[in-house]
Amino acid sequence: MDKSEILNRVNEIFKDTFDNEDLVITEATVASDIAEWDSLNHINIMGHVQREFKIRFTLQEIANFKSIGDIVLAIQGKLT
Amino acid sequence: MEQILNYPFNSSLILRKKKQLKNYLLGARTDFLEKNVAILGGSTTSEVISVLEIFLLANGIRPTFYESEYNMYYEDSVFENKALKDFNPEIVYIHTSNVNIKYYPKMSSSHEEIEEFLEKEIQKFKLIWKSLEPYNCSIIQNNFELPIHRSLGNLDCYDERGKTYFINRLNLEFAKFANKNSSLYINDINYLSSHMGLEKWSDLNLWFTAKYVLSFEAMPSLAHNISKIIIAIYGKSKKGLVLDLDHTIWGGVIGDDGLNGIQLGNETAAGEAYIYFQNYIKELKERGVILSIASKNDHENALLGLSHNDSVLKVEDFNTIKANWNPKNSNIAILAKEINIGLDSLVFLDDNPAEREIVRNTLPTVSVPEIGDDVTKYLTFLEGESYFEVVNILADDLYRNKYYEIDKKRQEDLVMFQSYEDFLISLNMSAKILKFEKDSLERITQLINKTNQFNLTTKRYTSVEVEGFMKNQSFITLFGSLDDKFGSNGITSLLIGKITREQCFIDTFLMSCRVLKRGMELAMFDTFVKQCRENNIKEIVGTYIPTSKNKIVENLFKELGFELQNENELKSIWVLKTESYLMQNKYIRVN
Repeated sequence: MDKSEILNRVNEIFKDTFDNEDLVITEATVASDIAEWDSLNHINIMGHVQREFKIRFTLQEIANFKSIGDIVLAIQGKLT
Repeated sequence: MEQILNYPFNSSLILRKKKQLKNYLLGARTDFLEKNVAILGGSTTSEVISVLEIFLLANGIRPTFYESEYNMYYEDSVFENKALKDFNPEIVYIHTSNVNIKYYPKMSSSHEEIEEFLEKEIQKFKLIWKSLEPYNCSIIQNNFELPIHRSLGNLDCYDERGKTYFINRLNLEFAKFANKNSSLYINDINYLSSHMGLEKWSDLNLWFTAKYVLSFEAMPSLAHNISKIIIAIYGKSKKGLVLDLDHTIWGGVIGDDGLNGIQLGNETAAGEAYIYFQNYIKELKERGVILSIASKNDHENALLGLSHNDSVLKVEDFNTIKANWNPKNSNIAILAKEINIGLDSLVFLDDNPAEREIVRNTLPTVSVPEIGDDVTKYLTFLEGESYFEVVNILADDLYRNKYYEIDKKRQEDLVMFQSYEDFLISLNMSAKILKFEKDSLERITQLINKTNQFNLTTKRYTSVEVEGFMKNQSFITLFGSLDDKFGSNGITSLLIGKITREQCFIDTFLMSCRVLKRGMELAMFDTFVKQCRENNIKEIVGTYIPTSKNKIVENLFKELGFELQNENELKSIWVLKTESYLMQNKYIRVN
């Protein structure tokens, strides 16, 4: 799966999580860019991502995510 | 959109769409029951609350939440807590689990130490429950799920040092205590987690990253279960089950296959499966669920099928049998009227998807689970929705079907009389009308929360609140039970009045539809006026709050002799001078 498709699907998750149809994320987006993106929502997003792509992240991977780009890259790595 | 919340739960979608679901549900109705729900967690509760909110909204309860800080369930309940007091909780849910067990036995523990550990754990929870008493709320308490990892293997469940053994003992102690305590309800996560499988129930990754004791996938099941307990506390569980016949309670078609052709009995696997299903339905009936039939069949054929030697369900198990060729929705509407039960209290089971769809579309308040056409799966769906959740089984529940049976005899008798008065006289009625008493509190609470039609104010109270009225000198409380020559009707009418100097305000006046048109309300009100006079009350003030269901009492105060004081679309206020009241009961001997 190419990065842009993954990014699109992750974007859909963000729209649902923050109930905002207009939300647009890029690989550069970080937690501080979205006001409601706190630690609990982060956990929810991790849950949504893992179910959406049917993958599992390790504790270490979750700890290392700094941006959307990191998450997209990790998803891509798991899918290939 | 509500379909997402049906069993089996699509956890993924519920969690993803929870905000949209919430907005949708908030817009779907206006008659929500507002409740203050405090969540005291022994682990993270944030997402549990979001999902619980959705399930409560879907069932007509709009919650306001209080959430304890992480793992502060003990401190929040046991210590002085102004925030919780100000919040005024009506429900407290204690979300603890096996991670909150502090004193697990060790390999080196002696028998005495282990007993002490058990006592310490139990005392901790008893102290919590005791400390919550002043809030006058209902307490929902998780029991414990079994440990997913058990270093002792199978021995874990029978060596006293085993965690499994220890947890099983704790759960038994919880059960014993809850059994004796009417405001404590157990949320059986031990069952939920084993039903789902511990491997799916827990997610260690989520535990270590966010301190959730259960997986995201398990949250809808947990929330659904809690919501059903809350719904049962407020008497909103389903009361009646409507069954199809062919392919639903037996295999085959009675009209085509005949008595010996239908599958029922131990000769075939399918026949056995239908017996298993029927046994379950019979158990529901025995604990008070009202059964009826809506089937496209000739009436004689329906009776023929039920006369099958192996049929567990017999003709007399059904309150109403509608076997004809009319549309099922009209049959269900008619039988609901005959039983005098709300359509929103009914569940309809039919193997035929087209029939299900018609009933669902034409009678949207009737619950119609997608049970499929495989008899071995019917109960999965019926139980998955927990339609008939109960928080206690009262004598009244066990007799309910009997009451209806007796009432049928009464109705048959009625046609033999020239006038309704003659019929009432012939019933030879006598009533006991007494002040609320401890032994009857559960039934009184049940009536308060279930009665919709003959109910002037439709106020709902928990057993703790009802006990408060009973003990408070400034309340006049009356409950009435009515007997006649056919038998007893049990406790069927209540009156609660609040005394303020020389006035008494009617807070609650209700009667079960079981005894409508028998003059019981007059016997109740006469007794009430007598007591008011004894208390030097000069004036009785009554309020009628209209709902979609209580139109039958809109003129009650007028008929009793009250004068309208003022009125708007929300309520009308009525006043009666006690000295001018003339006793009205004619047909019932009281006490």
